[in-house]
Amino acid sequence: MAQITLDGVTKRYPDGYEAVSDMSLEIQDGEFVILVGPSGCGKSTALRMIAGLEDISDGELRIGGDVVNDKAPKDRDIAMVFQNYALYPHMSVRDNMGFALKLRGLDKAEIDKKVEEAARILDLQQHLDRKPAQLSGGQRQRVAMGRAIVRDPAAFLMDEPLSNLDAKLRVQMRTEVSRIQNDLGTTTVYVTHDQTEAMTLGDRVAVMRAGRLQQVGAPMELYNNPVNLFVAGFIGSPAMNFMPATIEGDTVRLPIGEVPLPDEVRGRLGDSGGKQLIAGIRPESFEDASVVSEDVKRRGATFRARIDVVESMGSELYAHFRVESDQDIESQELRELAEDAGGGEVPSSGEAGQIVARLDPESQVQEGQESELWVDADRLHLFDPDDGRNLTASENAPAATGAGGDERPGA
Amino acid sequence: MQHTNRERAAWSIGILVVLFYALIPVAWIAAISLKTPEQVADRKFYSGFHLDNYEVIFKDDMFIAALINSIGIAAIATLISIVLAAMTAYATSRLNFAGKTVILSGALAVAMFPPISIVGSLFDMWRAVGLYDTWPGLIIPYMTFTLPLAIYTLSAFFREIPWELEQAAQVDGATPFQAFTKVIVPLAAPGVFTAAILVFIFAWNDFIFANTLTSTDNARTVPAALAFFTGASQFEQPIGAIAAAAVVVTVPIIIMVLIFQRRIVAGLTAGAVKG
Repeated sequence: MAQITLDGVTKRYPDGYEAVSDMSLEIQDGEFVILVGPSGCGKSTALRMIAGLEDISDGELRIGGDVVNDKAPKDRDIAMVFQNYALYPHMSVRDNMGFALKLRGLDKAEIDKKVEEAARILDLQQHLDRKPAQLSGGQRQRVAMGRAIVRDPAAFLMDEPLSNLDAKLRVQMRTEVSRIQNDLGTTTVYVTHDQTEAMTLGDRVAVMRAGRLQQVGAPMELYNNPVNLFVAGFIGSPAMNFMPATIEGDTVRLPIGEVPLPDEVRGRLGDSGGKQLIAGIRPESFEDASVVSEDVKRRGATFRARIDVVESMGSELYAHFRVESDQDIESQELRELAEDAGGGEVPSSGEAGQIVARLDPESQVQEGQESELWVDADRLHLFDPDDGRNLTASENAPAATGAGGDERPGA
Repeated sequence: MQHTNRERAAWSIGILVVLFYALIPVAWIAAISLKTPEQVADRKFYSGFHLDNYEVIFKDDMFIAALINSIGIAAIATLISIVLAAMTAYATSRLNFAGKTVILSGALAVAMFPPISIVGSLFDMWRAVGLYDTWPGLIIPYMTFTLPLAIYTLSAFFREIPWELEQAAQVDGATPFQAFTKVIVPLAAPGVFTAAILVFIFAWNDFIFANTLTSTDNARTVPAALAFFTGASQFEQPIGAIAAAAVVVTVPIIIMVLIFQRRIVAGLTAGAVKG
C-alpha cells in the first residue's frame, strides 16, 4: 500500500515531442484513480512511467514517499495488468501467477498458498494447471489480474485491462475489478479511454488531453462541473450537446431560442456581453415540455423542434433533432473531441448541429413530428471558444487546466 | 478445403516422385554398405544382408576417434553458437544502439565468404598459434560461418514475441537477464531449435575445414576421415566401408532433426496475448 505522487512529471522524446507535460497528481493510499482521455493523450505513457517501463524526462515520481525515478520496475513493488494481458504462454496459470513470487525466492508451499488464495478470489481454481492458450478471453483477463493480486504490491497499474473483452463481459469484469479493489484496498491507477469505465470505477478521475492533465475530481464533479469544453465533451454518454451562444443582457441566445440566465450563472459569467460563446447542454437537461410542471418550466425555456429519430431504451428515451445556426463555432477542443468520437457530431461553421435530448419515457414525442421541448437553464454550461474554459463552472472546482499543446496521434 | 480424387492422385504421384528422387541415393549407399567387398561390383541392388562393413569400421580406431571428434565438435560449436546468437539476436531485435547495422551487415558479410577462400590462410594462422589439429581449431571457423545464420533466424523469432511479455516479467520482478532466459528464450524455442539444427548440420557435414585443418585422430571428423579409409586389407577397395561409414554419420543427423522437429511447432506463443 502506498501513496503515489507525480510531481511535474514530463515525458519528452528525443525529437522534442512531449507525450506527457508537467503532470502533477497525488494518488492517496488505497485510492482508485482513473486516467482517461482519447488515444494519444499520454495516459498510457504516464502509467508506464509509474511502472518504470518508460524513463521520466523531468519531474519527480514518488511511491510511498521514496523517489523512484531511477528505480527499475522490479524495485518499485508495483503490479501491472496489460491491455493484452501479456501472460507467459509457456507457463500454466499457476506458474504465471506464481512467477513473481518465485523470482522473489519464496518457498514452494507459500507460493502455492498465495496462488490458491488468488485463484479463489478470481474463481480460477479449476483452471490452475491449464495453459493460457486453453483459456477464454475473460479467464485470461482474470489470470492477468491474479498475477497482480498474488504479489500484494504497493499499487496496481492497469492499462486498459478490459478493452479486449466483449461488451457483456466488460461490464461484468468492471464490477469484478471494482469489488477486488474494494476488498484489497490497494492503491490503483487505471488507464482507459472509455469514459463509462472512468465514471463507474474510479474514486477520482483524471482527464488528460494532449499530454496535459485537464481536470481531476470525483466522477460526478467532472460531470457536473467540467472545467473546460474538452472535459465536458469527453465525460458523459451520450455526450454533451454544443451550440453557439451569445449573451444578450439577462438571456443567452441559442439556435433553439432565447434562454434566461439564472442569476447565479450571470454572476459568474462576468462581462461576456456580446461575445460569441459555446453553450453546452447535457441530454438530460432537456425534457418534453408537456411533462414538466409549470413551476419548473420557469427555470428554463421552451422551444419547438422537429424530432428526427426517437430511441427508446425503456427507462429513458433519446430524441435526436437538428438545430440550424447562422453562427460559427470554432474550437480546437471540439475538433479533437469530434475526431475522437469518429467525427462530425459537433456543429461547426454554421452547419446544422445534431442534438440529443434524454426525455422522460412517458414523453409522447414522435419521429418526424414537431414537439415542444424544454431546456433547463440552471444546467447550462457556457464555454469560452478561445481557450475552452468553462465560464459557468463553480469557483471551488479544483482545476488542473492548461489548454493548447501540439496534438500528435499515436503517442 | 475439399480435394477431389484427381487432385489427391496428382499430389500423391508428385510426392512419390520427389521422395524417390531424394531418397534413391540414400537407399543406394545403404544398399552398398550391406554388401561384402566381392558383391560391390555385382550390379545388383540387393545381394543379401551382410554387416561386415559395419564390423570393419567399428573396429577401426580412426573411425571411432573421428566419430567422437565429430560429435564433440559439432555439439560444442552448436552450443556456443546458439548462446552467442541468442544474445546477439535479442540485443539487435530489442535495442537500438550505435553500430547495430554494422554488426548485422558484418555478420552477413562474413557468411558470404566461401569457406575455401579463407581455409588457406587459416591453415597458416592455426599452425602459428597452435590451434592446428585441435577441437577449437575447427569449432571457431564453424561458429564464424554459422553465427550469422543463427542470428538472423533467432532475430526473426524474437521480433515475433510481444514486448509486453518482457515488460510483464520486469514488473514481476525479473532482471532483464531473467526476463530473457525465463520468458523470451523458452518462447523462442522453435527458433532456437531451428538455428541449432542449421548450425549442427553445418558443423557435422563440413569437409573443407576438417580436411585442411586436421592431420591426426586428434581432431579429424568423420567426413575427413572417410577419405582416409582403407578396406579390410590394403588390397581391397574400401567402397563398402565408406558406404557403411556414410550411413553411420547420417544417422545422428536424422535423429537430431527428428528430436528437434517436434519442438519446431508453430503457435508456441498462442495464448500470450489476445489474438
